[in-house]
Amino acid sequence: MDELLGEFLAETDENLDRIDAELLRFEREPNNQEILNKIFRLVHTLKGTCGFFGLDRLSAIAHAAETRLGRYRDGQPVTVEGVSVVLASIDRIKEILKGLEDGSEPPGDDSDLISRLEALGEAAEYEAVERTEPAPSAHELKGERTRPTRSVAPEGLIARPQPRSFFNAAPERRREEMPAPQPEQTAQDDAAAVLQAEADQRENAEPERKKASGDAEKGDLTQMVRVRVDTLEHLMITVSELVLTRNQLMDIARRTDEPTLKAPLHRLSNVTSELQRGIMKARMLPISKAWQKLPRLVRELSLTLDKPIKLVSEGGHVELDRQVLEFIRDPLTHLIRNAADHGIESRAERRAAGKPEQGKIRLRAFAEGGHIVIEVADDGRGLDARAIYAKCIEKGIASAAELDRLSDAQLQQFVFRPGFSTTNQITDVSGRGVGLDVVRSDVEVIGGTVELKSSGSQGSVFSLRIPLTLAITAALIVEAEGLTFALPQDNVVEVVRAHAGSDYRIEMVNSAPQLRLRGKLVPVFDLAELLGERGAEARSPERFEGGMTTVAVLELGARAFGLIVDDVLRTEDIVVKPKAHLLRSLSVFSGNTILGDGSVIMIIDPTALANLAGVDELSVDILAASEEAVPAPEEEKLPLLLFRAGSRVRKAVPLSLVTRLEEIPASKLELCDDGYVLRYRGGLMPVLFMDGVTKQSGDELQPILVFNEDGRHMGLAIDEIVDVAEETIDMELRSNTAGVLGTCLVRGEIVEVVDVSRYVGEGMGHRILVRETESSRTLRVLLVDDSQFFRNMLAPLLAASGYDVSLAASAHEALELKEERQRFDVIISDLEMPDLDGIAFAKMVKADPHWADTPMIALSSHSSPRLIARVRAAGFTDYVGKFDRQKLMDALDACVSSWEAAA
Amino acid sequence: MNQKTSDKIRRQAAEGYVTAMVGDQLFGVALCEVRDVFVPKGICRVPMAPPSVAGLLSLRGRVVTAIDLRRRLGLPAREEGAPSVAIGIERGQEVYGLVADRIGNVLRPDAESFEPNPINLDAGWSGACAGIHRLERGVMVVLDVESLLDAEKLRNAA
Repeated sequence: MDELLGEFLAETDENLDRIDAELLRFEREPNNQEILNKIFRLVHTLKGTCGFFGLDRLSAIAHAAETRLGRYRDGQPVTVEGVSVVLASIDRIKEILKGLEDGSEPPGDDSDLISRLEALGEAAEYEAVERTEPAPSAHELKGERTRPTRSVAPEGLIARPQPRSFFNAAPERRREEMPAPQPEQTAQDDAAAVLQAEADQRENAEPERKKASGDAEKGDLTQMVRVRVDTLEHLMITVSELVLTRNQLMDIARRTDEPTLKAPLHRLSNVTSELQRGIMKARMLPISKAWQKLPRLVRELSLTLDKPIKLVSEGGHVELDRQVLEFIRDPLTHLIRNAADHGIESRAERRAAGKPEQGKIRLRAFAEGGHIVIEVADDGRGLDARAIYAKCIEKGIASAAELDRLSDAQLQQFVFRPGFSTTNQITDVSGRGVGLDVVRSDVEVIGGTVELKSSGSQGSVFSLRIPLTLAITAALIVEAEGLTFALPQDNVVEVVRAHAGSDYRIEMVNSAPQLRLRGKLVPVFDLAELLGERGAEARSPERFEGGMTTVAVLELGARAFGLIVDDVLRTEDIVVKPKAHLLRSLSVFSGNTILGDGSVIMIIDPTALANLAGVDELSVDILAASEEAVPAPEEEKLPLLLFRAGSRVRKAVPLSLVTRLEEIPASKLELCDDGYVLRYRGGLMPVLFMDGVTKQSGDELQPILVFNEDGRHMGLAIDEIVDVAEETIDMELRSNTAGVLGTCLVRGEIVEVVDVSRYVGEGMGHRILVRETESSRTLRVLLVDDSQFFRNMLAPLLAASGYDVSLAASAHEALELKEERQRFDVIISDLEMPDLDGIAFAKMVKADPHWADTPMIALSSHSSPRLIARVRAAGFTDYVGKFDRQKLMDALDACVSSWEAAA
Repeated sequence: MNQKTSDKIRRQAAEGYVTAMVGDQLFGVALCEVRDVFVPKGICRVPMAPPSVAGLLSLRGRVVTAIDLRRRLGLPAREEGAPSVAIGIERGQEVYGLVADRIGNVLRPDAESFEPNPINLDAGWSGACAGIHRLERGVMVVLDVESLLDAEKLRNAA
């Protein structure tokens, strides 16, 4: 591109933004000659320059706009419509300028716009002739607005809101509502309110600019130099090179131990770092750059939606890397649209809610650590948890049972799900409810996060947390199969060294390794294998049996997964460089970087890697991130082992019940009595075949699920292990078939949930007898759990172990039993139950002398020291993880022995 | 050969070719294309990259994508530790290195000695070569830098 033309484009761009802002200000202060003159000058300059470059389209529009403004300067009244048309011209000019970047003015017809600009002029002239006094009346305002726009095809400005509709509708509505004698007056008030709103926006949005008016502005400009981005990029590269050279020098100095080198090297090192920081700073722009267009946007939304909205902003001076700035523009625009369209209520609703008629959107930016937080807050209706609830059910995103357990705050997070929208109406303002998920993914692309807080009717706050710069990022330098990679730290939650027998261990489900992490299972992938550097041997069970495995746990929004690396070498701030176009198809890498030793390594893109690994967003709990603060949601989400045995229908057992998965050569199964046994871990393990399971022959492998009861093993032979799914058990159909609890849907497929206790009971028949003879009488256990699944699962287990089990589906039911003066030896109660939770229930039990001495065991899928303390304080004797059958049995045993001792 | 090509060839021939040996064949890259010649050191392999991309290395603060001409032309791999040399080529913001066995002189052949790719040339070669110059001893194959750096062709060339 012509250098001169390039200069012109850059300058014009700035001028146009200035015109934008000045016009909005002028609309509010139509009598401020100074502003008008400024706008006039800017447009005039624009016209002149366009003429100089022979840009005919541009100069024609600029000329028409100038004429229009000239009339205002001559005293013609300023109207909303007039300003809108001039703004539209500015838009058109920008559009043409965009095309101009490719070299020449794009072809097109602007007669629609020009005639609108002119028509307004004529109409006003017509008015002006008849006008007797210079001050415009509301009537004239209205006439001028409506007449020309009707006579000129309004389609010319499809994308633009039609202020006409607002002005036509508003007075009528008002007339109906209150019998004011002067509807025109009201109309003017409405217009004034809107204008006032814009005025506030401008004022608030650009305090810097306001300060920098007049002489100050001129002074500022002389302090500024325009630098091409290329120049900065080149400087950046040069500095990176300098950093490398410095590192090499330092390395040499360390080895040669030459004392005279030390001081100058140290200085060189400092200067280099200083230089690097300086260049980084030069790439920074105030965040208000990304806000520039928002006042205009709010003005238009205000008009289209007929909602007076005030935009307030603070922290516009906070600086961000220009690259990041580009990335957040769209999400911000989206959030503002969202706030205006969905957040802020209509005038009537606001009045009814006792809020000021004018809605408010607040933009705030502040620095926090290496990040910038941008908040978009509105004082609208907030997010309606009930509407979200209904929508989730309607769209099949979640079941009522799942949703019932969620707090309002948790329900609100569903708005970030793809395809979710609570407005039934399709508006042209926020689109078809595609949106917040896009905002989230946009922000995540640059390693940021979005949070949402909404407090009932007081509005919502979206906070974006974004890195200061993309050019330098903190990364883990990891090694896999002899290659080194950079793994951006933003998504790494933790790095664990897993080994068999520790709290962090890797368990195999078929050939899929899972990391057990604080009671949760996280799917684990081998980095080298994902990258094709290693075969399936990466997942051989032997690998995880012996030594340590280093796993980086990554979290991407709702998705969590583990990445096995050979080693984590160190963390380093890396300078991100784009990858060559030859490697562009490798989406797994987001770029590359040069390390201190001069080697070039690829930077892993965690999102692309998750996609490659097939980590499915929907299969992972969306609220996993909200952790222990809110224990309810994860309650029934449990890892299920899916397998095939006999029939074609898949079968499932809770993974936690399974001790091990084995594949044993069939020949090792020995017939004994009327069943099979296997020599297993120094003992004999009975192996039952599920109905219809094919017994393998010879050396073929027979998959076996191993269960453990008090150190004794029992095997269940099956046909094939299919998968592990983390799922909520929502028993659809109960089954009368022995050995099957019922059927449920897992990932849309019907699965039979196997009643393990039946088999375990059978396999351990011998032991049950032992317990019964040991105990003088059968112990009565009360199991309180609102989940049918757990009642179904635990009751047979307890019964099989020789307890007499009573069931209660809620704390209330249990309390009824108490009123009936029933007696139990032990009470096992779930903690998370609707209405009356386990803790409240325990307190009530302990308050009744009749039951106060009964030992109580708490069941929960969550555990934290705080929770356990609360549980104990409430009177529970013991606390057991919900899926930890062995612990439950141990806890029961402990209760029994203390009971027996007491007796 | 149409007029336009021949003009280009004439210009290139007059300016000269940087020559390099790959296997037993002499290749030439138009001088105007060449940024520098360097010894590729510390090439870091990139997983999942097209096979002819040998990897990345850093050269004076820039990241260089090394393309192994042997692999690109389907020749047997260079022996471990055998010397190699790279012809640096700049494309926009990016630098590429064409890795050859050893570098030769700059040659300025007679433009009239140019001939298009022989029709019986292996498809892998004809996709990477722009034609040949008949020299007094043997021929010099002109490398088609544009094709060599074309991501699509690179993938197809395996």
